[in-house]
Amino acid sequence: MPSELVKREMRTENLPHIWCPGCSHGSVMRALCQAIENVGLERKNTVIVSGIGCSSRAVGYLNFDTIHTTHGRALAFATGIKLANPDLHVIVLTGDGDISAIGGNHLIHACRRNIGITCIVMNNTIYGMTGGQYSPTTPTGDFGTTAPYGNIDKDFDIPLLAASAGATFAARTTAYGIAQTITVMEKALKHKGFSVIDVASICPSYYGRRNKKGDAVKMLQWQKENSVPVKMAQNMTAEELKGMIVTGIFKDVEEPEYTEEYQKIIEKAGGKR
Amino acid sequence: MSKAVLMQGNEACVKGALKAGMRFFAGYPITPSTEIAEGCAVELPKLGGKFIQMEDELASMAAVIGASVTGTKAMTATSGPGFSLKQENIGYACEAEIPCVIVDVQRSGPSTGLPTSSSQGDVMQTRWGTHGDHPIIVLSPSSVSETYYLTIRAFNLAEKYMTPVILLMDEMIGHLRETVNLYDDVEIINRKQPDEPEGNFEAYKAGENLVPVLPVFGSGHYYNITGLTHNTWGFPTNNRKIAGDLNSRLLNKIEKNRKDIESFEEYLCDDAELLIVAYGGSARVGEESVDMLRKKGIKAGMYRPVTIWPMAETRLAELSERTGKVLVIEHNNGQYVHEVERVAGKKVEVGFIGNISGSYILPTEVVKKAEEMYYAK
Ligand SMILES: Cc1ncc(C[n+]2csc(CCOP(=O)(O)OP(=O)(O)O)c2C)c(N)n1
Ligand code: SF4
Repeated sequence: MPSELVKREMRTENLPHIWCPGCSHGSVMRALCQAIENVGLERKNTVIVSGIGCSSRAVGYLNFDTIHTTHGRALAFATGIKLANPDLHVIVLTGDGDISAIGGNHLIHACRRNIGITCIVMNNTIYGMTGGQYSPTTPTGDFGTTAPYGNIDKDFDIPLLAASAGATFAARTTAYGIAQTITVMEKALKHKGFSVIDVASICPSYYGRRNKKGDAVKMLQWQKENSVPVKMAQNMTAEELKGMIVTGIFKDVEEPEYTEEYQKIIEKAGGKR
Repeated sequence: MSKAVLMQGNEACVKGALKAGMRFFAGYPITPSTEIAEGCAVELPKLGGKFIQMEDELASMAAVIGASVTGTKAMTATSGPGFSLKQENIGYACEAEIPCVIVDVQRSGPSTGLPTSSSQGDVMQTRWGTHGDHPIIVLSPSSVSETYYLTIRAFNLAEKYMTPVILLMDEMIGHLRETVNLYDDVEIINRKQPDEPEGNFEAYKAGENLVPVLPVFGSGHYYNITGLTHNTWGFPTNNRKIAGDLNSRLLNKIEKNRKDIESFEEYLCDDAELLIVAYGGSARVGEESVDMLRKKGIKAGMYRPVTIWPMAETRLAELSERTGKVLVIEHNNGQYVHEVERVAGKKVEVGFIGNISGSYILPTEVVKKAEEMYYAK
């Protein structure tokens, strides 16, 4: 039986979802619904945009104006939506491959512009949809179908990348820590400017199996035991932080937002909105 | 009321777009299309519109589609290398039925090629550049004035048929200066919106002319847009019947409305005994060649497709059958000529003159080839 929250915010006729048992994409999607309700976003003014991947399929279940775009380009579509109509709340749902590999360029430029979009990354450190290839967030040494001898690439830290590229809100939460995920999402949704939340997620079917991490329960348990709040992490050495998930808000500052700055251009040029 | 103004082809494109109601432009600089972006950066904010220089052409195309789903008429402009980068999202706009205008001011390729030289090397790419069977409308102007009016028509067709429309220019036209008569009363078509009250909406149901009525985002009519094969509510499906129906409707939406979409011009075709076929910039060469041939006593005429895809085939078939001799001129190595051959049929002699050096075909070359064809037994 779907809960009242699910009935209100989701397209129940499209459920059950396509995700594997134990996949965390569903709980992150549910957390977003809760955060949207808690913040009180108006359905009519809320647009949800996604790219391509298991994570990006979430938009099909969310009862809003939704657009499922092309692989990696969700932020570029979202930029067009937000700039064309700044009154809309624009939320992007994406995966680690979608946002940091093929979409990496759009990510850093959306950060740099500080455009008022909230970007939620369901970061399972693997390409789920295509069957378990390594992604830019797969830890060095881990395995994927295309890293059968272990991954030699270094992995991106998405909140740090986003913060240094100019995002004014950058955070990380975990699929295990849903309560924190909801609170941080609320803050991101209320933030003026570009906000990114990297939600450490689990893909038991591919990442879990290849890397012998056990089932979904074990993987979430691992997240619980290996998370450190960002404040505490500041007093830890790199060696101590190895393999740990640093959670919390990394950056939360106020800076001019892109569409507001463009409005000033319109005024300078003598135009009316 | 009309007013005559001297301007460049690229400028005429901007003016036409603004007249059509364009209020969003996203682009990335590339010769020889850059003046279009620069013009939009100056003019759009004056009208409350938005200009953005994106990080690349993939992003520009994506942003244009994003703007369009909010109901804002949107355009991008590029050339060869950038046009290649836009292809995936052009296909998305075809599949998701998002109206927008893509301007390709052709330069000489392949690859970075000759950035400042004119070409017509992208004509097949406009038809088949993005993967899969898809509908597309492509218009190609031969003068600055026509650039202005075809840009308006491109927006009108995009909104009427809920599809991307490509305005295919050549550097020759983009950088040419000519006088344009700007008429006030031009037809402007705006997107249909639902009459139904707010609520969940079956957006991808076939409407008039097989075209769906897609509510703009923010209007309170909720639905999903996707590049995946989808049902009439916009939700992904693997159902083969639904997939077949959708793909057929997408193609038939253009196919069954060809009469309205197709456009062409004839020059001295009534008594013609030899037909020149040319479009865009090469049609200027073609027209002069017809005049020269006529002075020499050869009754030549020219058929110029203005809508390049889909082509007005019926008239071309009639004219080529009647004359029996057709000469195609294009600034490429022979692309559209194969379409002309297909339409003309085996009984008609089809000759070709091309140029891939980045320079123009000379009317004297055309005259020489036409004379050979005309006097041959
Ligand atoms: C241009 C393009 N290249 C490749 C693909 C194939 N593809 C689909 S999803 C995907 C990876 C998705 O991974 P991620 O973003 O991490 O999401 P997940 O499936 O793990 O949730 C890839 C490579 C595609 N759809 N489009
Ligand atoms: S493959 Fe992985 S990411 Fe995709 S649905 Fe299954 S568990 Fe989730």
